[in-house]
Amino acid sequence: MDLQNQQRVKDAGEKFGTDCVVILGSSDAEGAEIYAETVTAGDPTFAGPLAGVSLELPVYHVFDPIIRAECDPAAWEEQISMMEMVLDPDALAEAVKGMREQYSKNVIEG
Amino acid sequence: MSKVGIKSYSYCLNHAPETGSHYGGTPWEASHSGGKEQEYLNALPQHLQSYDHALHYAPNQTYIGGISYEEFEAIPAPWVDKPLPDEKSKRYGKFGELMPEDEFLGLISACDEFELVWLEKSFAESVSKKLAEDPVITEAIVKRVVRPKNMQELADIEKEVAERDALPLYHDNKVVGCVRMGHPTDHCLTAHVLMENLAGKASGVLALLHLLKNSGLNPLDLDFVIECSEEGAGDVGQRAGGNFAKAIAEVAGCTNASGCDVRGFCAGPVNAMINAAAQVASGARKNIAVVAGGSIPKLYMNSRDHVKKNLLALEDCVGSFAVLLVPDDGTMPVMRLDVLGKHTVGAGGAPQAVTSALTFEPLQTAGLTFSDVDRFAPELQNHEITEPAGAGNVPLANIKMIAALAVMKKAIEKPAMMDFIKKHGTIGYAHTQGHIPAGVPFIGPACELIKEGKIKRAMIIGKGSLFLARLTNLADGASFLIEAPEPVQAQAASVSKDDIKAMILEALSEIAGKLG
Repeated sequence: MDLQNQQRVKDAGEKFGTDCVVILGSSDAEGAEIYAETVTAGDPTFAGPLAGVSLELPVYHVFDPIIRAECDPAAWEEQISMMEMVLDPDALAEAVKGMREQYSKNVIEG
Repeated sequence: MSKVGIKSYSYCLNHAPETGSHYGGTPWEASHSGGKEQEYLNALPQHLQSYDHALHYAPNQTYIGGISYEEFEAIPAPWVDKPLPDEKSKRYGKFGELMPEDEFLGLISACDEFELVWLEKSFAESVSKKLAEDPVITEAIVKRVVRPKNMQELADIEKEVAERDALPLYHDNKVVGCVRMGHPTDHCLTAHVLMENLAGKASGVLALLHLLKNSGLNPLDLDFVIECSEEGAGDVGQRAGGNFAKAIAEVAGCTNASGCDVRGFCAGPVNAMINAAAQVASGARKNIAVVAGGSIPKLYMNSRDHVKKNLLALEDCVGSFAVLLVPDDGTMPVMRLDVLGKHTVGAGGAPQAVTSALTFEPLQTAGLTFSDVDRFAPELQNHEITEPAGAGNVPLANIKMIAALAVMKKAIEKPAMMDFIKKHGTIGYAHTQGHIPAGVPFIGPACELIKEGKIKRAMIIGKGSLFLARLTNLADGASFLIEAPEPVQAQAASVSKDDIKAMILEALSEIAGKLG
């Protein structure tokens, strides 16, 4: 995760605490997992503002069924359905879930 | 007239591993990290590719036209461990060349007007002789390499580096010259900035020279140049004032040409093509060369990951291209101006919105559908470079998006997606030089395939990351179609009819005069 985005998540996390939900849109599972780790346990590359900072935020991929259910179906159709066909939504959601279960303090109750 | 002819094209690479491993963006940043990245910097030299290896590398030969796109498509990746045979690994291809680094340094020096580049005397003399063997390098350029003001003793070069912020140039791990600063306080004229700009200019010159050779156009007959790289040349008062186009035309001997620059990140080249085509179609210009040199900062951009994964760092070539647009005469592949992909301000940045604006919408306007386009050429980055760095296979991701959109628009059935991707997609072979892979590398192969009667239509797509400049968060992109020519016959028939009418009228008026 680039340094600026780390700073933005850090600022939001400090302001709103662990009620602040992070939604990722990464197109590759490996990247999604690293981003999820960054906003929960801290930056694994130790390069950015979240190095050594465990925000423990609830983190989801936009393809997670719980997030998809929250979205306006028309907006989903218009903006995301094409990428749903191109990417592997289940693998992306799973990659983030692994980190969330390990490090997030709160989760969205389904 | 809504079509222009694509008369010719050129594609060149300048091998620059030593320049890149010192001044490429990533190594440069690492060397200024206060020692934090010493391990990477120490390891990088062991991951560099030799010139000979670069010559035998299939994506490079595809770029310069040493092998055809179809031949390249038949070689499955990875290509790094499948060197091409010697007969297909020549310096010169159908489109251009892969120039070795020492000659590139000579060419950079030849492109300097302000005594900014100093080469060590014997090095300058040796590379000027080598450059003289290059069929496109003019005598004037060869002479410029050995201008006294650009040749210095090694001791003077070392002193300039030590005392006056010049940056050393290397060959075979030895200092062979330097780039000097252009101003003591102006941060737009540091040696680092000037090196980037002069390398961009020099690689653009090489592409323009090959374009002139490939087209047979006399340099004096070139009317206009539009340059579309991502470099910014200027001083502190106007940090990207330009004009690369005229600077390039000057060195190439195009004294009757004028020029200007068009910018738009990676969408720059496609926008430049549209801009040039419109000027040729309107008759404002007789012909236009769209030209772009390459980028030193992009060299070894992903090399941290390549080193970490113990791979060859392949981002060692400065890329360039040029395309000559002329009025359509019914004999050349054409670029259509009535079917342009335009990403509007209001379109939104979701991949779906961008893909729709650049493919579905223009095709729909033209009464065409997805399968009417034989080949889509979106971003053509070589995935052997991008995948180990976590950036995926960019061309494949793009054609997958186009296929998915085709399913959504009911142009194809979902089970046919994979077939569509295979048949209508393109495989990336361009260096990760920002604007260079942005669809335009396929203009040449598309025209060749059209001339051979193998395809009828290709779409060239460029997308730009505008957020990088922190001016706007908008997405960007543009696209156009290349098609097979249609004979221009109707025009000829009507002209001869008019001629006959005029002759009759003239004869009648003569008779009337005599009668009077």
